[in-house]
Amino acid sequence: MDKVIVAKDISLAYSDNETIINQANISIPSGSFVFITGASGSGKSTLLKSLYGALKPKQGSLIVGGVELSGVSKSKLNFLRRHIGIVFQDYKLVKEWTIEKNIMLPLIINGYEKNVTQNQVDSLLKHVRLKHQSGKYPLELSGGEQQRVAMARALSHNPILILADEPTGNLDDYSSGLIWNLLEGANIQLKTTVIVVTHHIPETMNVEYKHFHIEYGSIHEVN
Amino acid sequence: MKSIKNHLSLVIALLSILFSMQVFVVADRSIDAYKETLAHKYSVVIVSQKTLIDEDILKINDIVASVEELKPDAVIERLNSGMSKKNMELLKVTLPKFYKLHLKYYPTPNEVKKLTKDLIGHTSIKKVEDFSHTHDTTYKLLLLFKGVVTVFALCIFVVTTLLIFKELRIWQFKHTERMSIMGLFGAPLWLRSAVLFRLAIVDAIIASVLAYGVFTYISMSPWILEQFTSIGIEIVIFDSVLDFMKLSMIAVGLSILLASMIVLGHKEEV
Ligand SMILES: Nc1ncnc2c1ncn2[C@@H]1O[C@H](COP(=O)(O)OP(=O)(O)OP(=O)(O)O)[C@@H](O)[C@H]1O
Ligand SMILES: [Mg+2]
Repeated sequence: MDKVIVAKDISLAYSDNETIINQANISIPSGSFVFITGASGSGKSTLLKSLYGALKPKQGSLIVGGVELSGVSKSKLNFLRRHIGIVFQDYKLVKEWTIEKNIMLPLIINGYEKNVTQNQVDSLLKHVRLKHQSGKYPLELSGGEQQRVAMARALSHNPILILADEPTGNLDDYSSGLIWNLLEGANIQLKTTVIVVTHHIPETMNVEYKHFHIEYGSIHEVN
Repeated sequence: MKSIKNHLSLVIALLSILFSMQVFVVADRSIDAYKETLAHKYSVVIVSQKTLIDEDILKINDIVASVEELKPDAVIERLNSGMSKKNMELLKVTLPKFYKLHLKYYPTPNEVKKLTKDLIGHTSIKKVEDFSHTHDTTYKLLLLFKGVVTVFALCIFVVTTLLIFKELRIWQFKHTERMSIMGLFGAPLWLRSAVLFRLAIVDAIIASVLAYGVFTYISMSPWILEQFTSIGIEIVIFDSVLDFMKLSMIAVGLSILLASMIVLGHKEEV
């Protein structure tokens, strides 16, 4: 499989009278590192939603990981989602679970064994510098700490595709550096395709990247 | 602490339903038991010209359980003021026969009327005393009591249904978020709902065990037992096997129903 995402003439909308993305075309080879930028409200999160199948395109064809998303069956979509790691803009952590369990969620869903799960979670907690907080609940953490938990969860099951919606939005330079290192690491070592929505592309990147900009409902490839 | 609070609300709702149901069952049992004691106490007296065979009387109406001949000896003894033994024997022979009929169960007023009519229809029976006036009053009181208990149970049912629906909304609110998040990571429906069903079943079991404790305590409480003894009835307040099974089945069924409604009503968020 050469391309992980192929979108042909897709239009995205929440209602009939307002189109957010209009007849866009994107093609992303697997193993790419992709930045998506655009003004607030331009439709960056909306585009990500369509990529994990939460928003069906009004028209056009959208293929993610070899799965055509318009008219996809529930079970096929679940299968696809088990191989995607998402960092949501609003984190979407499970409040009644400890952060350790939150990070485990994709591993549990994918049916990993207990000791594999525990090792993976321990190593991720170390990477995002939250080892000492592992027993806490999301609401007992700061916004930036929750964001790092969300990052760890997205990486835990070694997905083929990572969709990260402003993953450094709430972080200082040091923590942002941690996140970029993790994303680059996944991209370089595991050939994971990484798609990051951000307002600031970091100055120094260790990988080659693609850059799409969203404006007035269309998506331009900047480089 | 957190986990106890998670369980408490549903456990209390379930417990109150189980409690009201058992109270209704106990009330129903009391009425039945009371009817039985009434049936034992209530009897119809008939006066007959001739000696009647028990079987003949039993054949007249199905409701008759047994026949007891009332010996006039005691009465005659009291009247006996220097009557000769021979005269007394003569009197005994000429006196009509009195029979007391015991019934199988406590009859309705209509059943009393029908019985009286059937008995009067018999050629030898001259008079029937059915004590219908006293019987009617008692029967009406019993009906009233049953009515009151039914209304009470209905009220409890309505209140607990509302309680359950409120619980349903709280649950929906509490669980949909987690279920959506799990869905976004590709969890199939059964896995998303597993936590919910486990919680529901655990809560149902907790509620049943608590109900078991409460009713076992109540059924052994001397004060309660005294109340029943003073009315003169003896009933099983809580059958620790059958009633417990019934209650726990209702609790489990109800909470599974609740969980299923949430799962079916769950919509994925965009
Ligand atoms: N669930 C929704 N229902 C209806 N309209 C929505 C919904 N979510 C977003 N929108 C609308 O779609 C447009 C694009 O929103 P989107 O969240 O994609 O913006 P964004 O580029 O991610 O912005 P930001 O940088 O602020 O996160 C906005 O005008 C918003 O009002
Ligand atoms: Mg956004």
